[in-house]
Amino acid sequence: MSDTSEKTGNTGNAGKTGSTGNPGKTGSTGKIEKTGRTGKAGKTERLSVFKTYKLYVGGKFPRSESGRVYEVTDSQGKWLANAPLASRKDARDAVVAARKAFGAWSGATAYNRGQILYRIAEMLEGRREQFAREVADAEGLSGSEAAAVVDATIDRWVWYAGWTDKIAQVVGGGNPVAGPFFNLSTPEPTGVVAVLAPQESSFLGLVSVVAPVIATGNTAVVVASERRPLPALSLGEVLATSDLPGGVVNVLSGRTAEIAAPLAAHQDVNAIDLAGADEELAKELEIAAADNLKRVLRPRPVDYSAVPGIERMTAFLETKTVWHPTGSLGASGSSY
Amino acid sequence: MTTDNGGKRPAAFEYAPAPESRAIVDIAPSYGLFIDGEFTEGAQGRVFKTVSPSTEEVLSEVTQADETDVDRAVAAARRAFGTWSALPGSERAKYLFRIARIIQERSRELAVLETLDNGKPIRETRDVDLPLVAAHFFYYAGWADKLSYAGFGPDPRPLGVAGQVIPWNFPLLMLAWKIAPALATGNTVVLKPAETTPLSALFFADVCRQAGLPKGVVNIVTGDGRTGAALVAHPDVDKVAFTGSTAVGKEIARTVAGTRKKLTLELGGKGANIVFDDAPIDQAVEGIVNGIFFNQGQVCCAGSRLLVQESIHDELLDALKRRLSTLRLGDPLDKNTDIGAINSAEQLARITDLADRGEAEGAERWTVPCELPSSGYWFAPTLFTNVTQAHTIARDEIFGPVLSVLTFRTPEEAVAKANNTPYGLSAGVWTEKGSRILAVANKLRAGVVWSNTFNKFDPTSPFGGYKESGFGREGGRHGLEAYLDV
Repeated sequence: MSDTSEKTGNTGNAGKTGSTGNPGKTGSTGKIEKTGRTGKAGKTERLSVFKTYKLYVGGKFPRSESGRVYEVTDSQGKWLANAPLASRKDARDAVVAARKAFGAWSGATAYNRGQILYRIAEMLEGRREQFAREVADAEGLSGSEAAAVVDATIDRWVWYAGWTDKIAQVVGGGNPVAGPFFNLSTPEPTGVVAVLAPQESSFLGLVSVVAPVIATGNTAVVVASERRPLPALSLGEVLATSDLPGGVVNVLSGRTAEIAAPLAAHQDVNAIDLAGADEELAKELEIAAADNLKRVLRPRPVDYSAVPGIERMTAFLETKTVWHPTGSLGASGSSY
Repeated sequence: MTTDNGGKRPAAFEYAPAPESRAIVDIAPSYGLFIDGEFTEGAQGRVFKTVSPSTEEVLSEVTQADETDVDRAVAAARRAFGTWSALPGSERAKYLFRIARIIQERSRELAVLETLDNGKPIRETRDVDLPLVAAHFFYYAGWADKLSYAGFGPDPRPLGVAGQVIPWNFPLLMLAWKIAPALATGNTVVLKPAETTPLSALFFADVCRQAGLPKGVVNIVTGDGRTGAALVAHPDVDKVAFTGSTAVGKEIARTVAGTRKKLTLELGGKGANIVFDDAPIDQAVEGIVNGIFFNQGQVCCAGSRLLVQESIHDELLDALKRRLSTLRLGDPLDKNTDIGAINSAEQLARITDLADRGEAEGAERWTVPCELPSSGYWFAPTLFTNVTQAHTIARDEIFGPVLSVLTFRTPEEAVAKANNTPYGLSAGVWTEKGSRILAVANKLRAGVVWSNTFNKFDPTSPFGGYKESGFGREGGRHGLEAYLDV
């Protein structure tokens, strides 16, 4: 597939820019090649097929219920696509989908979740060129820079795939209480997490905030970068074909402030990652989030190219501690 | 043993009074604020009285700290922070070990003081509160020079000045839960004890003095909710830790929104205590009693909703009522007392109101037949049967000796009912079947699950809630995180 798409340039944004041509900007991975067609009338240029970018909610690809779209442009201001302008209702629908998916996803074995996250990396690997083009367009990167971002993003899925069955051993464990009790602390997912994806890093940043949330068994409602939503919307297509159950990740595009407000106030959302909010919005959302005591991860500068650490996982984990009496096998001491 | 005589207290035993002597405690007629290593007067000179809930006797006058006083305390903590956080961990550890040892030495004095100011039985302060207080300092003392092994990076740093606001139900224990990890990690603190139980925190100031703790590392400001609000809102506070009601916790979360302040909250609960038909009934009855009548039910993790499998409902309730009839309510200083006083008139009014609503909404009320003392704040152990999930007494935290009994048929129903609450602090499971314990414990959305036991605490065991019971953990390695810049 990737070979074909590179030759024909008929997937993703390259196709769109291709119709008007802008090879200087899109760089090598966004290389525009026209597929010649020889007809009776002579050589004509093939008209590329645009993709309708849609939301990803509950494993399906709906348009916004509002019927609204907004124009997404590249870093030079050139039109790339019309993205869905998600509404409050879309946000609430996404929460319902995420809640519905939570039981099975949090109840899946950690090994199973790890395999699925790894599968996402596999699926992305096969679509590297498409995402490199979308990232290059979105972030104004050269082809090689964008390719490096995509590679790092794929590797990030692999990194978190390996964490699913290890985090409990790192942050949980037995506690030596002073009494005849077995006492075990285990991390458990917080629940439905609203994630405001970073505004600048449209793909690596996005995956860096989504992967840790779902690796541990949470489900997510993700608000894509407002001006650079296309890589996030395309990621939905990858997630849909990676054995990830529908509803585990839901992707919305639109005005961050408009979608985030109902999510921060939603009584069935358990936590919110404010990575994509500016200072003023973050404060408003944190105040709204207090109504049902959501766990709040405040925005702070992050170098998404660095090794992430476990903080984004532990931010959305609860610790459950279970006690049980150990009893006694008699006062005689050693059982040997 | 006596036979069941219709729920009335058996008359076979008469206990002679066995009061613990209060001569061991010397309460001053008035206390200032403990700031920068010494007791000082409040800026406004305003004071309020603290009374013994069991007699309404005035124990002392304490200072109502205002914003100026809070500012002075925070400034003292800030000045102390540099030196304190720069101390080698091994030296900080030794201060905390000293504090633990001094508390052990003075534990009887502090237990009597706590019983006087709080109203809880001496049996509890002596056997539960004080041993846990000392153990908590001893535990975190050992962490002070081992933080690089705690899993928060090679050199985790303290946050700075911690503002801590604690409740009245376990005054000194909550102080220990707050101060021990804060100091071990190199923070300095300003702590506000509850308005109705300030004395043990003020005595703790003297423990700090005896331990030679550098001035300003621990500051104690007394007052009501306004003092706490001023502390939480103070711009030079880096960390806020609060234990108390969910309503106040939400207000604090709004206050610190948009700031750098790190927040941990340990709030209310409506814990489900689930008893399956194969449970050991006698042990379960003891656990149910401990779950809801320990500390007069004024416990955030109380097992205030009893979920009984339908087939054993009548048998269990008979056994439970029989057991409750043997509880002794009265003078908290009496060593035979099981049930002490409610902490304040205000709390008694709240319990009374909610219990009345339970009756008005159609639940069936049963109260232990016992005489209540003529002065002080008292509420006899009470349980409600025929409670539905819609009843106020099945939803609201009562924070008193009132048990709501509901039934279930299947484990799935038990789990669904247990989780049907915005809270998520504690739960209990009683069954002899191991796999069922693990399955149910796994499904319960609660921070602490006691299986075939209840209301057990230990400094090594993380404690804290899911959902609207708050966030963050106190105790254990997990408890360090709240006070580290991680």
